[in-house]
Amino acid sequence: MAGHIPLSYVGKSSGKKSAEEPLAIRVLLISVALSFLFLFLLLPLLAIFIKAFEQGMGLYIASITDPDALSAIKLTLLVVVLTVPLNALFGIAAAWAITKFDFKGKSILITIIDLPFAISPVIAGLVFVLLFSSHGLFGDFLFEHDIKILFAVPGIVLATLFVTFPFVARELIPLMQSQGSAEEEASLTLGANGWKTFWLVTLPNIKWGLLYGVILCNARAVGEFGAVSVVSGHIRGLTNTMPLHIEILYNEYQFSAAFAVASLMSILAIVTLILKNIVEWKAGEHG
Amino acid sequence: MSIQIKDVSKAFGSFQALQDINLDIETGELVALLGPSGSGKTSLLRIIAGLEASDNGVILFGDEEMTHIRTTERKVGFVFQHYALFKHMTVADNVAYGLKVRSKKERPSKKEIKEKVKELLSLVKLDAFADRYPSQLSGGQRQRVALARALAVEPKVLLLDEPFGALDAKVRKELRRWLRRLHDDFHITSIFVTHDQEEALDVADRIVVMNEGKIEQIGSPEEVYEHPNSPFVYDFLGNVNVFHGRLEDGTWRNGADSLHQQALAYVRPHDVAIERQKSAEDAVQAEIVHIHVVGRTVHVELKQGDTDRFLEAELTKDRYRELDLKPGETVFVRPNQLKVFIPEDYSI
Amino acid sequence: MAKKKWKKHSILPGFGLSLGFTTLYVSLLVLLPLAMIFVNTASMSWADFWATVTEPRVVASYKLSFGAAFAAACINVVFGVLIAWVLVRYSFPGKRVIDGLVDLPFALPTAVAGIALTTLYAETGWVGQFLSFKVAFTPIGITIALTFIGLPFVVRMVQPVLQNFDQETKEASAILGASRLQTFVKVIVPEILPAALTGFALAFARALGEYGSVVFIAGNMPMKTEITPLLIMTKLEQYDYEGATAIAAVMLVISFVLLLFINGLQWWTNRKFAHS
Repeated sequence: MAGHIPLSYVGKSSGKKSAEEPLAIRVLLISVALSFLFLFLLLPLLAIFIKAFEQGMGLYIASITDPDALSAIKLTLLVVVLTVPLNALFGIAAAWAITKFDFKGKSILITIIDLPFAISPVIAGLVFVLLFSSHGLFGDFLFEHDIKILFAVPGIVLATLFVTFPFVARELIPLMQSQGSAEEEASLTLGANGWKTFWLVTLPNIKWGLLYGVILCNARAVGEFGAVSVVSGHIRGLTNTMPLHIEILYNEYQFSAAFAVASLMSILAIVTLILKNIVEWKAGEHG
Repeated sequence: MSIQIKDVSKAFGSFQALQDINLDIETGELVALLGPSGSGKTSLLRIIAGLEASDNGVILFGDEEMTHIRTTERKVGFVFQHYALFKHMTVADNVAYGLKVRSKKERPSKKEIKEKVKELLSLVKLDAFADRYPSQLSGGQRQRVALARALAVEPKVLLLDEPFGALDAKVRKELRRWLRRLHDDFHITSIFVTHDQEEALDVADRIVVMNEGKIEQIGSPEEVYEHPNSPFVYDFLGNVNVFHGRLEDGTWRNGADSLHQQALAYVRPHDVAIERQKSAEDAVQAEIVHIHVVGRTVHVELKQGDTDRFLEAELTKDRYRELDLKPGETVFVRPNQLKVFIPEDYSI
Repeated sequence: MAKKKWKKHSILPGFGLSLGFTTLYVSLLVLLPLAMIFVNTASMSWADFWATVTEPRVVASYKLSFGAAFAAACINVVFGVLIAWVLVRYSFPGKRVIDGLVDLPFALPTAVAGIALTTLYAETGWVGQFLSFKVAFTPIGITIALTFIGLPFVVRMVQPVLQNFDQETKEASAILGASRLQTFVKVIVPEILPAALTGFALAFARALGEYGSVVFIAGNMPMKTEITPLLIMTKLEQYDYEGATAIAAVMLVISFVLLLFINGLQWWTNRKFAHS
């Protein structure tokens, strides 16, 4: 189950454009579609920015430079820096194993990789509570060794890893499947060893797909709320990520401050969309 | 470098791709592996290259056993059916790849690599395309890049998998002549896989005809064409007419009956003689269905009077004029040269 | 070379390393944690388990979650197909930007979407003030949030199918005398049906588990506007780990079934793709 459409499907417009419907129908369909998109996508986005600046620039700056906000931003960045590379590495390894070899249990593995997409983020958080809380499987062990995972940064990282781990793999598997192994075989017959083949042939061929997966993985890692909410413990200044910080501000009726931080995340979302489209375009160009 | 293949077998699941293959290839030979799809020819080529492992059997290059040597160390040049050029590298980088990936000790200097690439590109007549990407080349040009890339590492053995399969007829013909000349200049032991009999007959020193995982016949193009040793080879190499007949005291007679051993006679169209008068006992009455004139030869399609089977004869234009044949006329046909097979051994 | 029966020979290197790493990673990060749900549930007696997962408040949450997710997925199919149609077949100014914007729900953090939608649909909000009925803090609000987060699924599934769709097939149908409506129903609908269904199932599965965008707009009143993921969260906050785990086990099983269903649908879609 993909959370998005693999890059290999994107950007292959047939170029055929014929609108044989009468103008009236066309205008009607376009207006209905655009109204829906305006109401559901554009209006919420606009609302975030307008609400963020409602109380003036001063409050906006103050909201995003508040020590708690800054620590939330730092924590979010830390989580991203830890989870995205790990999941990218996993995605490459999984795609390599799945697309280059035939082995029993392959389709089960693919289904397992899809699992986190199908599971509620709340459950994703809950499973780590069951593992690491004081009543959990490793509870006594962690207590004895004075290791804190739950309601601390490691728990947040683990929950985020869980939720975001299919993105890169889901992107690379169809891509590498469609590319086949002929170029790798050619490289081996020319005397290159496995690592050289990977670096010089495979990686350049999958770079756009990899980047695409990383962008999506990154967006989700930054914005994950449910799973992180379960394991974080909401300790201000310590275990609050940006989305959690927004929740607290909102629930305390500090709407402008909440929307100020939300606007930062929205800018990031827009940048993500732009990057995503650039990568789609680049990948389409290079076939 | 000579190649010896001893008792090589390979199965994919329950499918027996190769069965006890034995084949010796001499140094400098250009050998075609010819057969229909699924005959195991590509599997054999990939096993020789080390891209596939055989279930049992031995591969020798010269005196050296290669069976467990990895592809990377076999020093074979392999040209893939769909070229498998590195999409993200220029033509020059593609050709240089095999030299650049060598370990520091064995790697030639940058200047040497550059010169080697230049030399190879001029050999394949692509000097002007060094900085292009594979996507900017035609099929024939890509195939030449693939060949230059394979030759760059100075392989002892050159293996080509359906090298001209994806090209159109005219380019294919040009390229295979060119490959033949290239081989005559360099004398690298070469094996190429093809399903096109004309290509095999045209290019190869020797042809290995394969069917259902086994070698049917090995021989020079003339041998396999003129003296096929099985109905399969007969059928696969060129058009053939089948006469249903019987064995009487060791000689073949047209027309099957229940008293004698059944036997089929295989006759090439140019060995079918057409006559106005019945000159021999075994001549068969036939009706002319169609006449095509193709260049200097005339193809005559006939319906055998006694069996309703169709057969094809090939005449020279002179003979055709002499006989003055017209569609719908009744004539007599007689095999000039035939090869007899007993039907129990096979099915056609 | 040692031959392993379960793996076909390949000359490409790195099988052990890549599969080993993959398996270890998946086991530690996904399988072991998920197994905890079932291990912990198994320690409950069946009677306890059944009582927990059929408690009226829990049943009400299932009804709400399923109902709202289903409604949202239905809205998404209708508008998703329409948007895909318009984006593929017509040209109008700003089309590329709008096409890119469709993915916004994937890129925007759910909490951000949640507070934005709540602000819009509150009684005094930009949209809410014009409506004669309450949206925020009702099941309608929940449906709106779930529609938002599920929107890209149907559009992105149907778009490539429409793009690949053979113009000739459609023209042939028109030449054969079919009216526009007949062409649509007989030719286009069967073609996009697998993709639209897959999109529906993806949107539904996502909506069923969604938390971030819903909690703000839902109001979270027990029996009325409390979705199942939120109920799990509430139980956790009350340190009722058993209750939370039991409900999670029910949801997990539903997710598995949906996942299998979706895999089947995608297989069907791909087969259709392969034909064209």
